[in-house]
Amino acid sequence: MKFIYQTWWKVLAVVMIFYTLIAGLLLGVPRLEILHETIRNTYFHVPMWIAMFTVFTISVIYSIKYLQTGKEEYDLISVECVNTGMFFFVVGLITGMLWAKYTWGEYWSNDPKQNSAAIAFLLYCAYGVLRNSIDEEQKRGKISAIYNIFAFPVMVVLIMVLPRLTDSLHPGNGGNPAFGKLDMDNRMRVVLYPAFIAWALMGVWIATLRYRIRLIEFKKNAIN
Amino acid sequence: MGQTFELLKKEIVLEWRSKYAFNGILLYIVSTVFVCYISFNLNPGFKGSQGYPIVWNILFWIIMLFASVNAIAKSFLQESKSRLLYYYCIAHPQAIILSKTIYNTLLMGLLSILAFIVYSLFFTNSVNDLLFYFVIVLLGSTSFSTVFTMISAIASKAGNNGTLMAILSFPVIIPVILLLIKVSKAAMDGIDRGLSLGNIGVLLAINVIVIASSLILFPFLWRD
Repeated sequence: MKFIYQTWWKVLAVVMIFYTLIAGLLLGVPRLEILHETIRNTYFHVPMWIAMFTVFTISVIYSIKYLQTGKEEYDLISVECVNTGMFFFVVGLITGMLWAKYTWGEYWSNDPKQNSAAIAFLLYCAYGVLRNSIDEEQKRGKISAIYNIFAFPVMVVLIMVLPRLTDSLHPGNGGNPAFGKLDMDNRMRVVLYPAFIAWALMGVWIATLRYRIRLIEFKKNAIN
Repeated sequence: MGQTFELLKKEIVLEWRSKYAFNGILLYIVSTVFVCYISFNLNPGFKGSQGYPIVWNILFWIIMLFASVNAIAKSFLQESKSRLLYYYCIAHPQAIILSKTIYNTLLMGLLSILAFIVYSLFFTNSVNDLLFYFVIVLLGSTSFSTVFTMISAIASKAGNNGTLMAILSFPVIIPVILLLIKVSKAAMDGIDRGLSLGNIGVLLAINVIVIASSLILFPFLWRD
């Protein structure tokens, strides 16, 4: 747990995000039909989902740990990771919708991946409702941990597996060429991969801050 | 394994004595189908229209969805607190969740066959590949049972209200029902069975994942 109190990776995250902001807007990109300059949104849209997956994965790991040990701190970590993940979920949806407006013509074009993402969003909203419906702390921690573990694979199936089975406007789905294969060149990879790491670290940072605030509250309310 | 069998026998005997769940849900299905029949007949000429097979298929699955939510939501509700304590002393948690899942699968299988017959009586059946459609109906009822049994266990721990059951289960069931509608439409149109095998494989995989995760997670949920 020492990791969350260290400074070096937070500095790294900030530096890398500034790098992707500057390099992402200045470096050259391949000229493609329809996409044109909007291809730069790849640097901002996709890393949001990477950050979301990172914090949701951490959340599931701590849910499992909570079930094994029953330590209240683990429950707080997993909850705050889900909350942070929800934030990135919303930002990912919004960046995607803006991008869709300029390339596909509409904010919401009934794309399977968009629909799946919306369903997965409902799945995690249900997690919030479930948590609020139980008053007793330990019971709440346990049941929401179980639901969290149950929901995670469903979310992965929804976002990663199902859209690939049908026709989707997203690249890499339904026979569309994936970004990695055709459209992207090394100039983009130089920016995109650091952006993945940077935003994942950013997500973890936000989650740890929220966790530390919750931990202070928890200790304040605890009966000694 | 022996415990699972005994518990399954107990569930069936209990149901056989009262026939409450079975008759209740059957009546629910018949009245829903009848309401739909009357409402659709208010619009003459709909039967011959082009969208009729699509509506036929989707309506059937929606009716099955709501019938199974209602049927399975009861599976943990009817157990009193003292009886649960008694099980806790004598049986494995895995045996309990497994027996409930198998029982619900059997119940829903039987009910969905009857529902299919009743539905075909009222709405003219235009299925080309009847045997395959039948298999999909059985597969669908199995998927509903496995998912809803676990969700109803979670909902029963969280105050047992119907709203919670619905909001927890619907996001989880949406991918399943999408696949079911797609596969059953293929069976209706009489498309070659081999083409649907991939989707059926995904459905079976979802079932296996759900059963495995409920076997792993139920022991934690169970301890109070």
